[in-house]
Amino acid sequence: MKPSSEPIFWMLFGGGGMLSALIGPVLILVTGILVPFGLLLPQDTMSYDRMLAFAQHPLAKLAVLVVISLFMFHGCHRTLHSLHDLGVHTGTGAKVAFYGVATLATLLTAGLLLVIGF
Amino acid sequence: MSRYRSTAKTAARTYMQPMAGWWTKNPYFVRYMVREGSALLLTAYALVLLVGLWRLSQGAAAFDAWRAALASPLSVVFHAVGLVMVVYHSYTWFDVMPKTAPDQPIDPKLITGGGIAAAVAVSVLILAALLWGAP
Repeated sequence: MKPSSEPIFWMLFGGGGMLSALIGPVLILVTGILVPFGLLLPQDTMSYDRMLAFAQHPLAKLAVLVVISLFMFHGCHRTLHSLHDLGVHTGTGAKVAFYGVATLATLLTAGLLLVIGF
Repeated sequence: MSRYRSTAKTAARTYMQPMAGWWTKNPYFVRYMVREGSALLLTAYALVLLVGLWRLSQGAAAFDAWRAALASPLSVVFHAVGLVMVVYHSYTWFDVMPKTAPDQPIDPKLITGGGIAAAVAVSVLILAALLWGAP
């Protein structure tokens, strides 16, 4: 039997589902609501200097890469399978497109984290 | 669109059950599709973060422009809807968790409750770290 790539994508889906279930709401709350409105948190929470220092830390780089990559793989996997439920017949092309977008986002994130430096 | 479709192997016209809007006929399936829809919001949010990282790499002016865009009404509506959808995803994720690992000696309610408690605890920890300005 030909080895399937499905378990890999399923694990990325599961990892992203778990991570976003744990920290997805609080991340959206902080970056999308609290900081833009200047609520609750210090005004410099997401200032350029603080964010640059954050993104230069090796552990923070790993965290950023894991969050963006797993969120993308989770979202793309689930959307790909939802298309079937909507009556859209997906084949290899759709698979390549959806997982390709998630892979591209992962590579871009890694590249930007390297450009930002240590 | 025709409800009949000829396949490559047979010339016969096969009846195809129409798929449009099937999930709107039952609240259970509506909830299912809303859950699946949360994935779209999560993907878009990851892309927002990716753009932020890109703007950060370009310097202070570019990053501040991204910050200003986050405060635009469109962005706030997107994040508010995203927050509700991802909270719902979080709830459903832990709700089905006992079913993904059946035959556990643990009470399913304990697994779901434990997962939700962990999500709340991690969220409070992150907010506390930001409040007291962790490095």
